Amino acid sequence: MYPEYMRESIKKVEQTRQKRLELAKSGKEVYPPMNAKEREEVLYKFHPDYREGARRVVRVGPNKGESLTTEVADLLEAHSRIKPELFDLTNPDYETDLLIIGGGGAGCAAALTAIEEGVNVIIVTKLRLGDANSMMSQGGMQAAVNPNDSPTIHYLDAIGGGHFDNKPELVKALVIDAPEVVKWLEELGVMWDKLPDGSLQTIHGGGTSRRRMLSCRDYTGAAIMRTLMDEVRNHPDKIKVIEFNPAIELIMDDKGQCAGAVIYNLETEEYSTIKAKATIIATGGFGRLHIRGFDTTNHYGATADGVVIAYRAGAKLLYMDSVQYHPTGAVFPEQIAGFLVTEKIRGAGGQPVNKDGELFVFPREPRDVESAAIIRECVERKKGVVTPSGRVGVWLDSPLIDMIHGEGFIKKQFPAMYRQFYRYGIDITKEPILVYPSLHYQNGGVEINEKCETNIPGLYVAGEASGGVHGRNRLMGNSVLDYNVFGRRAGRYAAEYAKKVKLGKLTLEHVKKYEKELEEAGIKTNRISPILLPLYTPEEVRKRQLTAHYEGTLR
Amino acid sequence: MEVKREMVTIYIMGKAYKVPADATIMGALEYAGYQLKRGAGCREGFCGACATVYRLPKDYKLYTGLACSTLVKDGMYLTQIPFVPADKPVYDINKLEPTVVTFQKIYPEVFRCVACNTCTKACPQDLEVMDYIQAIIRGDIAKAADLSFDCICCGLCAIRCPAEIVQYNVGLLARRLYGKYLNSKSKQLDKRIEEIKQGKFDEEISKLMKMSRDELQKKYYERDLEAQVGD
Ligand SMILES: Cc1cc2nc3c(=O)[nH]c(=O)nc-3n(C[C@H](O)[C@H](O)[C@H](O)COP(=O)(O)OP(=O)(O)OC[C@H]3O[C@@H](n4cnc5c(N)ncnc54)[C@H](O)[C@@H]3O)c2cc1C
Ligand code: SF4
Ligand code: SF4
Ligand code: FES
Repeated sequence: MYPEYMRESIKKVEQTRQKRLELAKSGKEVYPPMNAKEREEVLYKFHPDYREGARRVVRVGPNKGESLTTEVADLLEAHSRIKPELFDLTNPDYETDLLIIGGGGAGCAAALTAIEEGVNVIIVTKLRLGDANSMMSQGGMQAAVNPNDSPTIHYLDAIGGGHFDNKPELVKALVIDAPEVVKWLEELGVMWDKLPDGSLQTIHGGGTSRRRMLSCRDYTGAAIMRTLMDEVRNHPDKIKVIEFNPAIELIMDDKGQCAGAVIYNLETEEYSTIKAKATIIATGGFGRLHIRGFDTTNHYGATADGVVIAYRAGAKLLYMDSVQYHPTGAVFPEQIAGFLVTEKIRGAGGQPVNKDGELFVFPREPRDVESAAIIRECVERKKGVVTPSGRVGVWLDSPLIDMIHGEGFIKKQFPAMYRQFYRYGIDITKEPILVYPSLHYQNGGVEINEKCETNIPGLYVAGEASGGVHGRNRLMGNSVLDYNVFGRRAGRYAAEYAKKVKLGKLTLEHVKKYEKELEEAGIKTNRISPILLPLYTPEEVRKRQLTAHYEGTLR
Repeated sequence: MEVKREMVTIYIMGKAYKVPADATIMGALEYAGYQLKRGAGCREGFCGACATVYRLPKDYKLYTGLACSTLVKDGMYLTQIPFVPADKPVYDINKLEPTVVTFQKIYPEVFRCVACNTCTKACPQDLEVMDYIQAIIRGDIAKAADLSFDCICCGLCAIRCPAEIVQYNVGLLARRLYGKYLNSKSKQLDKRIEEIKQGKFDEEISKLMKMSRDELQKKYYERDLEAQVGD
């Protein structure tokens, strides 16, 4: 329930609603979209990436000398969890053709494609299979399926949204594979939203010039992820799943090829080694780093582990200076601060309005632009609504949606959103939602090519952990697509590679070498990475955990 | 700026802790000093990792909830159920038919449902769980798929069911069967896939790939936008 003092502002939103509705229904733009110059200006002045301290130069590793997101640079300039000399690599605990690190969407898609090539797979994952950002996507997946749309237009939207920094061959793969992915998922049993004539329901997303967003109500990610997981579990003879065992270091061989990983049992605190002919990193993003102190939409295990271990082994990163803040994270109530309010709400006609009920930005700018505009509205123009705990946000006028599409639309299309707020006494069919940007997506990652290869032979990366597909700003719906397209590609190409490669002697020399590099760069720190889980234990409790020895977050 | 928070006492697996009154159960566990490994996934109500059962003082009722999205209450006794043991039958989705026969084979226990409605009462998503199980018994796969759509597989129904049915697995199979066999098919999708196979867009895309940044930028800002409210 909104506190009494917010009512006044909600009234103003109601007062302007009819006019905004009429404009929306007329088919004209409800607000003029920004041109290139306006976009640049609002980004430069208000996007968190451009604030002081947001980036710093990393002093070691393949991207040495480059400016990266500060929190990422901190993770890279940190020690390994292990002492390499304690491991006997001549006798690995597991052996497999293909090791997949990360049991989210990309990991499962890769596994399913790889076994078609006849290889055996191990998936290691940090929490349970499917405890992943992939489970959480609500809005949808882009695919150019409509007659008035095409992969070419999709290409243009994606590369423009990414400010033309995307790697062209990756964008091509993304848009060209998209329709096939839709079909593949449907044949596995994903229930796409359909129109009565059987055609796929499509709506807009931020930065789309055609309606291209496919969905499964607002449980798109869950619908896809659960289907993929179920299918993975239908092949226990070919795919072995090891849960609660994050990879904490890669293993190489003496020819410089990737040859598996060291995993760490979160519960028994044992380390094990896996020898693999090929390895795919599919560890997802970094929201739980709480970059710049932002709340996040991400799942509990999103701590950039894959990027860290790949970097230590010598993999090159791309665009790790760029962070995506989702324009509409919840700010009220407190308990769900940072939670995602899906962009589909704006795709279906919801509008961001300020405390006076005025629309102040085109509702579907690319995400970074939309976020920066919301921050400007709150910070510079002081037109935000302040919550009891001192957060600030603008209204996302959701009741408009039912007025546009007819009563009942929200409940049918946005059951998750409706439920999320209803739990706290807010009915989003009648009241607007208070929102502010929330830390959402890792735009960059390990640089890959269209086969998901990295600069390390035998190491493949797919999904949010990779860099290049989205340039410096991903559009909604392109990352569900990304993890399917590139998960499948990684599975296929890594399997082909695994069938041919001859591994040499296994080694963790690279960990020692990295350690030495840290020393030579004069970096003195007790930081340990990957951090595996965020730290939410209150300071006072930690102070009393006197017997504890911390390895990063964990005792 | 430290805001003074109102506190309540909760009992985590029987042990008393003072925690903020406005915390979720998950927030309270962490506030108390627990480093969660099990029992936390998405933290937003999508993954079902955080199933929790609790009782309140002077109340016989056993409540169920998601730790990530249920608020604490004074005097609450709680424990998380981070894992629900359940067999996952292996099947080849390509060889199943979307009828009741499939469930008779794979999940014969479904037909033991005594219609007690306990599952529905236990569901933190407020789903009509019994109704989707009953729909399957009637052979109405579409209905079961629809009603179970928002299931997050938390398992709370399954641990309460006197017939020992694993509802979430059953619902998932219903949805997969519906998605694959019963949902209407898009002809346009097949057409588009065919066009791509024949290389219809290759040349256009190659052109874009070769464009300079400036050319691309010009083309991008000139592109026409399809109106918001279409058909
Ligand atoms: C709330 C939310 C809503 C979203 N909505 C949309 C949307 O509507 N449309 C869209 O296109 N995109 C959306 N996204 C983005 C999209 O869901 C993700 O980018 C995508 O799912 C990433 O897939 P992935 O497989 O690469 O990573 P994930 O799905 O995150 O999977 C990574 C897996 O790796 C595991 N892991 C991590 N570290 C390790 C380790 N060290 N060892 C082993 N395993 C590890 C994780 O636990 C996890 O299981 C959304 C994201 C969020 C958070
Ligand atoms: S149906 Fe069962 S498993 Fe699914 S959300 Fe409800 S209680 Fe949880
Ligand atoms: S709890 Fe079990 S027996 Fe009771 S209605 Fe639900 S499925 Fe049927
Ligand atoms: S942690 Fe995922 S539903 Fe609660």
